[in-house]
Amino acid sequence: MAETITLEVSRYRPEQETEPTYQKYEVPVRKDWVVLDALNHIKDKIDTSLSYRWSCRMGVCGSCGMMVNNEPKLTCATFLSDYVPGPVRVEPLRNFPVVRDLVIAMTDFMDKLLRVKPWIIRDQEKPLSEGEYLQTPEELDAYKQFSMCINCMICYAACPVYGLDPHFVGPAAIALAQRYNRDSRDQGSQERLDILSQHDAIWGCTFVGECTKVCPKHVDPAGAIQQYKLEATKEWFKSFLLPWSAR
Amino acid sequence: MDVSSHDVLLVGGGGAGLRAAIAVAELNPKLSIAVVSKVYPMRSHTVSAEGGAAAVIKAGDTLDDHAYDTISGGDWLTDQDAVEAFVKEAPVEMLQLEHWGCPWSREPDGHIAVRPFGGMKKERTWFAADKTGFHMLHALFQTSLKYGAITRYDEWFVSRLLQDDGRVQGVVAIDLMSGRIQAITAKAVILCTGGCGRVFPFTTNANIKNGDGMALAYRAGAPLKDMEFVQYHPTGLPFTGILITEASRAEGGFLLNKDGYRYLQDYDLGKPQPKPVLRSMELGPRDRLSQAFVKEHEKGRTIQGPYGPVVHLDLRHLGEKVINTKLPFVRELCLKYENIDPIKELIPVRPVVHYMMGGVHTDINGATPLRGLFAAGEVACVSINGANRLGSNSLTELLVFGTRAGKSAAAFALEHEAPNGHVIAQAEDEKRRLEEQFLRKTAGRESIASLRTEMQKTMEESAGIYRTGARLAEAAATLRKLQERFQDVAMSDHSRTFNTELTAALELSFMLDVAEAIVQCALNRTESRGSHQRTDFPKRDDGAFLAHSLALQGKDGTPQVQYLPVTITRWPPAERVYGK
Repeated sequence: MAETITLEVSRYRPEQETEPTYQKYEVPVRKDWVVLDALNHIKDKIDTSLSYRWSCRMGVCGSCGMMVNNEPKLTCATFLSDYVPGPVRVEPLRNFPVVRDLVIAMTDFMDKLLRVKPWIIRDQEKPLSEGEYLQTPEELDAYKQFSMCINCMICYAACPVYGLDPHFVGPAAIALAQRYNRDSRDQGSQERLDILSQHDAIWGCTFVGECTKVCPKHVDPAGAIQQYKLEATKEWFKSFLLPWSAR
Repeated sequence: MDVSSHDVLLVGGGGAGLRAAIAVAELNPKLSIAVVSKVYPMRSHTVSAEGGAAAVIKAGDTLDDHAYDTISGGDWLTDQDAVEAFVKEAPVEMLQLEHWGCPWSREPDGHIAVRPFGGMKKERTWFAADKTGFHMLHALFQTSLKYGAITRYDEWFVSRLLQDDGRVQGVVAIDLMSGRIQAITAKAVILCTGGCGRVFPFTTNANIKNGDGMALAYRAGAPLKDMEFVQYHPTGLPFTGILITEASRAEGGFLLNKDGYRYLQDYDLGKPQPKPVLRSMELGPRDRLSQAFVKEHEKGRTIQGPYGPVVHLDLRHLGEKVINTKLPFVRELCLKYENIDPIKELIPVRPVVHYMMGGVHTDINGATPLRGLFAAGEVACVSINGANRLGSNSLTELLVFGTRAGKSAAAFALEHEAPNGHVIAQAEDEKRRLEEQFLRKTAGRESIASLRTEMQKTMEESAGIYRTGARLAEAAATLRKLQERFQDVAMSDHSRTFNTELTAALELSFMLDVAEAIVQCALNRTESRGSHQRTDFPKRDDGAFLAHSLALQGKDGTPQVQYLPVTITRWPPAERVYGK
């Protein structure tokens, strides 16, 4: 194994630079090191001015998504040794505005998340004194995979539709809407459908399925989007053929 | 200076902070609530909790059983009135989270499923597979989006509490995106910033766990309580410190030494049985299991790995189905980070710093001795965890005491006037400090990373699983020197936008204060109790130390330790017995 590897890291400090540049750093390659360890090595030993987000280092907080050699990755779960002999190019996630260096702005996603109403909606709330809502393991399985999303933004970085049309609600937010729609305790699917079908962008998704392919947590946002389209189509036909029926 | 104002301000947006924010919103929708967090809420460290959350729900279990397990688990340093409130409110809080959509694992008939856990004599740990913290956090965060009264300050770093007339009235915070420094005032402030595992080199804690809230409160004059009690979790992966949940032992995993022997039987933890036995062997409390590891190492019976000694966690006999349904994250973590498949192979593990039993001193309602300042979750010490927390009590704690702190902060806010102008002058001072000492600083020779590494090394060598007075005294002196050297820290990044050199420096400064409190409390407590083991004072001494340590920051910056008696209600101090 090579003893060192070159990282080409995208640098952008808006107060000093008008556009991003690449800076090269030579870092050791250790068997157990992930790309994030290499960035931490740079930050601690070579260049304290490099900015990036990270926290749990165990693939569950969703902070450290970046482009590694042009692919969106969680850098805490991407081994450096897989890129020997290098160089490795590390860039901020694609399709987002860059705040600085490897830090992207994700305010757009936060707004979209709010819009899909990702919480339990019920006509009537059962009092706590009556205990839990019963939910069999099969009913849990119906939405479980959509509940595994860590909001890492990797699917947005891979999504060709979001890249062209930032109005697109996007894979993770739709998967989260579907997480609640399919939860046996929820009664809000109609409300969410109305919100999602307001914008045409959902129809722009051509089912390329890039989002599902890149998801580090095996969520299937592409599947969620297709389910949604089907639901929306059914609703459209219903309203077209039976305009007098109560929806 | 820009100033924004709210009624109740939360510092931290993890489990405790979000639960408290929702409690305030539900109590009185007119109250304006701010959640100020240095990370987006769903990045908070609650996300990493795996095994589960304890609450009595099944027939055959009782609140008194849960209370007794918690009190004996904490080696009688727990406040029993707090524990009684905790066990009583735990089931209500857990059900509330169920109603908010948390995907709890279920029985075939649809009822909540529970699993055994270490130190608990009944099965009462609710779980969402082995990603319980992740699911709880996301359910809380997504639910919190419903409440229009909650304003979030995502990625705002709090550097100081504002205080006037003996009352905490807000914070100074840096908006990381723009670098803007501003005051956010409030009638009541709740600290929910979690623990400080990063003062040690080898920890399960995320990079953000730097004791921020502990140091903020300590600097403002609030006491830190029981800081010497540091929990080592017995099963962390070497190098990364990634946690392998206690649930893996609750489901039937064995701990083996180099000879394949279940060594816990040699440490007063019962006799090995093929199936897990509650409060016995691998289901003993974490302090005792981590101490057994050290003893086993001294006997030369651990395995030497590339990152020091390890023992083996054996899950192979559980079979693929149990591992995939009950412990899928354990398998994923082992495959990804150790290239090991627990279905077929042994997992190398060693004790790892996991949790702080100590924290900001609060009463049973989350109120600190400083008026207007509240705390909940790991940052606080109520205390229900005493000298050793039981696994699966902390997730429940952040719900129960998050709610309590939220309600009492809301009540306080309704009774008090809006902050006065004096605190704005303080905020101006703080802004000047941040600019002069950090952002515009050009001189300075010390590196943040080296100081941090030296602090972590000092802590591991002195305040680890076994401690001595000599080592601790030496560590206290070393930490003093590190504090002085920190004054000469080098700052090379002078930009405002997302300046993580600035946050790293401020976090190091928080950690140094907290580290000093840990070491001083450990030095002064000349007994052994729970997770605090002094080889020079190996016995528990109820005569002198059935009391909480309270560390206050002295004028010279060093911690001054006082004691506060433990509250005993119905369970007089006794011997801790496991495996019987």
